[in-house]
Amino acid sequence: MTIANPNDFNEPLQPSGWLRYFSFSLDHKVIGIQYLVCGFIFYLIGGALAGVIRVELASPISDFVSRDTYNEVLTLHGTIMIFLWIVPVVNGGFGNYLIPFYVGARDMAFPRLNAVAFWMIPPAGMLLISSYFLAGAAAQSGWTAYPPLSLTTPAAGQVVWILSVLLLGGSSIFGAINFIATVLKLRRPGLKLMQLPMYCWAMLGTSILAVLSTPVLAGTLILLSFDIIAHTGFFNPTLGGNVVVYQHLFWFYSHPAVYIMVLPAFGLVSEILPVHARKPLFGYVTMVYSIMAIVFLGLIVWAHHMFTSGTPPWMRLFFTIATSFIAVPTGIKFFNWLATLWGGRIAINSAMLFACAFILNFVFGGITGVALAQVPFDIHVHDTYFVVGHFHYIVYGGTVFVIFSSLYHWYPKFTGRLLNEDLGRLHFLLTFIGFNLCFLPQHWLGLNGMPRRVAEYDPAFTTLNQISSVGALLMAISTLPLLINVVVTAFKGEIAGDNPWNALTPEWLTSSPPPVENWPGEAPLVKEPYGYGHTEPALAQEATP
Amino acid sequence: MTTSPVQTASEPNPSPSGQANAPLSIETSELPLDHSHGAHLDVRMFGLATFLVADGMTFAGFFAAYLTFRAVNPLPPGSNYELELILPTINTVILIISSFTFHRAGKECRADRLGASRVWLAITGALGAAFLAGQMVEYFSLPFGLTENLFASTFYALTGFHGLHVTLGVICIAIVALQTHRGGQVTAANHFGLEAAELYWHFVDVIWVVLFGLLYLL
Repeated sequence: MTIANPNDFNEPLQPSGWLRYFSFSLDHKVIGIQYLVCGFIFYLIGGALAGVIRVELASPISDFVSRDTYNEVLTLHGTIMIFLWIVPVVNGGFGNYLIPFYVGARDMAFPRLNAVAFWMIPPAGMLLISSYFLAGAAAQSGWTAYPPLSLTTPAAGQVVWILSVLLLGGSSIFGAINFIATVLKLRRPGLKLMQLPMYCWAMLGTSILAVLSTPVLAGTLILLSFDIIAHTGFFNPTLGGNVVVYQHLFWFYSHPAVYIMVLPAFGLVSEILPVHARKPLFGYVTMVYSIMAIVFLGLIVWAHHMFTSGTPPWMRLFFTIATSFIAVPTGIKFFNWLATLWGGRIAINSAMLFACAFILNFVFGGITGVALAQVPFDIHVHDTYFVVGHFHYIVYGGTVFVIFSSLYHWYPKFTGRLLNEDLGRLHFLLTFIGFNLCFLPQHWLGLNGMPRRVAEYDPAFTTLNQISSVGALLMAISTLPLLINVVVTAFKGEIAGDNPWNALTPEWLTSSPPPVENWPGEAPLVKEPYGYGHTEPALAQEATP
Repeated sequence: MTTSPVQTASEPNPSPSGQANAPLSIETSELPLDHSHGAHLDVRMFGLATFLVADGMTFAGFFAAYLTFRAVNPLPPGSNYELELILPTINTVILIISSFTFHRAGKECRADRLGASRVWLAITGALGAAFLAGQMVEYFSLPFGLTENLFASTFYALTGFHGLHVTLGVICIAIVALQTHRGGQVTAANHFGLEAAELYWHFVDVIWVVLFGLLYLL
């Protein structure tokens, strides 16, 4: 068979050295790093915007920026952090780097599609940010773009926002197709599904969600753009349209999007905990079924975001029950992580600190999530800072903590050098204190009725808001030790060796950084990626081919 | 904070293999790593099928929106959901026949009769173009425009999005037909392009049947 070969590695188009990170490289490791670095740049931009929000909210009146500017800033902050930082980094970044190793492949199933998916992101991000400088200003309707608000705010910025999100959604779908095909079809001969590292299952579940739900958002945004550009009335009540339909379609994507952001983090933390606790991952099979249960339930709970949108009682009942059920598989995972740590020989390093803090933050965010699923409580705190606090405990306390943990864990694999532990612990301490100081008071603010998305508030809320702003300042400072660490270590850090953690997953069974086709010889067949404990001392020696 | 040295051998092993004292299972097998030969036909069709699931979800979103609009948003007085049925029915028949002609083209190609395959591809492409022409005639004969009412907007959005898919399909058919001609890009042994276009065409066809039922017959 002479099939045109999409994986033709013999073609001499790959530049070497640092230039390859700016090229249309087909190497999954280069693409992974591209996602990570690009995402981190957007994290800094989104963080600066968050800083503007917290400075504005340090006083009850609108003094630092105008109200319109505040709306633009919060819209850009939400969109950038979700679509340009968390989703690309935790899926595209670590996924592209690790998944081919985990399935024993030389690259992803569709390397060109992979590169295309990445290179859709920088233009989309620049488009989004440039909309700030448009005449009539950037989108002001929040990351949800609810009509009729999104139909009455300046049109040009909103249309550019839609275009940008469509590009990012397309990128996410292409990436998801690649992950599904790689995990299901590119496994090394002899490797069974139930022997895969947990991150593969997390990425499979995430990608199924992305394939099923992202297109619905794309279709919805196309209809919204028709409403703005062609003055149709899909979501415009004055023309006979229906705003609640937009909310249903939007949340059909955007609730699964929470799992698209957090399931990969579950997978990553399931890789990190066994290595640094020197114990097998507890309850592998229940972990797998929990992920798939979350995928299924995640698709049928969207209307719990809409309890105040005139939803009928049967709908409220169904979505409350379905949402509460998600606590079951999530709880199973949570206890599995605790049981993995239990009795382990725990190394308290930066990766482990962030991973353990993730468990703590996530269980808190999870409990407020179950509370929010209950209709009477939700109606009380809907659209208040309680929701903001809950959400940030999930995506920052959950996913971003795992991203940092993963950075300390895999940086030696990326570069061959260990990140500095002292700076790492300083980074952790500042992040952990800053994060809790910033978002914990928001729960009280919300319970007492401070609405979200406003530049001005009742002066009675001033003290808690100022505490929150101090926390945000600490989080801003916390990026300094991280940046210094990552940049300086790349040139002067301690040499890590191929496998500094004596880990058993396949990415460590090659050199650091790995060669272009991942292994010099055949890919190793790792049937027991978490076999810590029983044959421990011999492992590290035999593990290196 | 270091606890007792870990010794899991005495406990049931929670790892998936279930063998508490299994020897270290890192080995290299003699099986070839088939990452760049042969198997890719399957993977590419699998990738395309996954993409079509995603594409189908876009339509599913549109259909759900349309049905909800229809259930809860009454049209303004004087408007109704009635549509002229003759032309769209002919169009439906055309599209269904084109699925069979495409299937025939694939069969001829696999039997190494590339000339016959090309003829059937040309017929399929012509039927696709006829469908698009019929759609155009229908658009120009309709009594309502895009912004007339909610049903009109939904009608044009749905049929337009589907028409976009048909247009893309006709372009793909033209490319595949040219590829049977030159350079051996589509041959009896190597016909991924043709099979991919065929799967896509059947998908577009099925979507139309659902769309026809929902928009015209309901």
